[in-house]
Amino acid sequence: MEIDPFIFRLSIFILSIFVGYYVVWSVTPSLHTPLMSVTNAISSVIIVGAIIAALASKSQNIFEISNIFGFLAIILAAVNIFGGFLVTQRMLQMYKKKKK
Amino acid sequence: MSANLSALFYLISGILFILALRGLSSPETSRQGNYFGIAGMSISIIVTFLSVGNFGPGFIYVLIFLLIGGSVGAFIAFRIPMTAMPELVAGFHSLVGLAAVFVAISAFLKPEAFNLGIVGNIKIASLIEMSLGAAIGAITFSGSIIAFLKLRGIMSGAPITFTGQHIINLLLGLAIIFLIYYLCLNQSSNTFWLLVFISFIVGVLLIIPIGGADMPVVISMLNSYSGWAAAGIGFTLENTALIITGALVGSSGAILSYIMCKGMNRSFFNVILGGWGATDQTSSKQSKEQKPVKSGNADDAAFLMKNASSVIIVPGYGMAVAQAQHALREMVDALKKNGVKVSYAIHPVAGRMPGHMNVLLAEANVPYDEVFELEEINNDFANCDVAYVIGANDVTNPVAKSDPQSPIYGMPVLDVEKSKSVLFVKRSLSPGYAGIDNDLFYRDNTLMLFADAKKMTEEIVKSI
Repeated sequence: MEIDPFIFRLSIFILSIFVGYYVVWSVTPSLHTPLMSVTNAISSVIIVGAIIAALASKSQNIFEISNIFGFLAIILAAVNIFGGFLVTQRMLQMYKKKKK
Repeated sequence: MSANLSALFYLISGILFILALRGLSSPETSRQGNYFGIAGMSISIIVTFLSVGNFGPGFIYVLIFLLIGGSVGAFIAFRIPMTAMPELVAGFHSLVGLAAVFVAISAFLKPEAFNLGIVGNIKIASLIEMSLGAAIGAITFSGSIIAFLKLRGIMSGAPITFTGQHIINLLLGLAIIFLIYYLCLNQSSNTFWLLVFISFIVGVLLIIPIGGADMPVVISMLNSYSGWAAAGIGFTLENTALIITGALVGSSGAILSYIMCKGMNRSFFNVILGGWGATDQTSSKQSKEQKPVKSGNADDAAFLMKNASSVIIVPGYGMAVAQAQHALREMVDALKKNGVKVSYAIHPVAGRMPGHMNVLLAEANVPYDEVFELEEINNDFANCDVAYVIGANDVTNPVAKSDPQSPIYGMPVLDVEKSKSVLFVKRSLSPGYAGIDNDLFYRDNTLMLFADAKKMTEEIVKSI
């Protein structure tokens, strides 16, 4: 019997939870705020779904209702991607070591 | 682009995202980590364009909307003051949640585009995945909006409770599960819309009973939810990058919630199910007036600190509210010129989100190697001459160690009272968020400085 591809995705998912668990525990507490803003930015990779939704059209009409939801999701995710990475960058630039 | 090749590229993005988080293990590697994150995101977006392969007029619109959203995001990122970081993060979470809802709606309306079957006959597994993604996304959205309004001060930070709240939440939770089951049976769009609608309401109801100082837990929890929502959509779209990212973000938020709960010695459910007991508040208020309090002015404080050999600064949310971090840095510079050794002690739940104080101090050019976490510095208070408490309250209360009756008993606190003298900057003797009186105010070695945190600190600078 063949294995359902869902099982492979589930395996990736569960292994990633473990990776996340160990990686996040190694994050220094002083960087917890940048951690939140960067996780925010990367979770906006949901934009791939939004792009597929926006570009899916059989007819000539590129503004069917499902496309519109895609376009809206693109705007939201884009705000997050740019905002998230840039604000993280801005914060990380402020962390400086003592001048010796 | 073949599906296999793009799957490999999505895997690379996923790995780059892992490296982005890994970079945050130290400030030196963190900037590089952020570039890994940006690279991962760019790869994902480009690969998606290539695999969809539709470069018609729709593509132009996608780019335009991407640019519109991107410039709004960039504008916010550059303009936002560092003190507003908690509400910014809450706001961003709401956007991820809503985006997840929109993608799920789109997939439900046009499943062919995502290879999920046809309208009215969507694969059951996909249907479950997309409705979970939509439900968690909707809860994240409305919950984050409430958190945003509370943090921004548009809505009162006080917990809003009413009778039967938990029952209603429980029923709505069960309703969501039932609706997902029902949706699998009849594939009706009305069921789907009802599911999304109820999830929005659950998000609101979940966050309104939670008070202002519990916000670190709430933000971390919503961070986690946004990850699970993304993972749900990732399963629907069969997209590795999204599944990996969702798992990473989900576990990251969960760990942060755990750390925050531990910092308050409360269980996660205790925080989610409502605020601190209100009865303790009244009893402590009565006994307050009788106790003597020593208060001083900026000159006293300056004199004490100038002649000290070591000073530990304990910042809290009040410092953020008063925007006193820059004045504080100037004060520390002046002290250092006088040969005083200065360090900073940060409680895990100081401020309104994890790491809030660290960012503010970094903004004020405080080197990060002078800033210490609770466990690192707590033993040093015994050897320190002056502890300067600015805007913190409950996290310094010795009652947490001595009085088993106190609602904050058992919460890890900074041993501020062990230092030779304590300077406590506060506007009044009012109790902190937990509603309990701080025993520290009445200690012999405590000198209260009644003033706005920023003004007081500036006056001390002048006086040094």
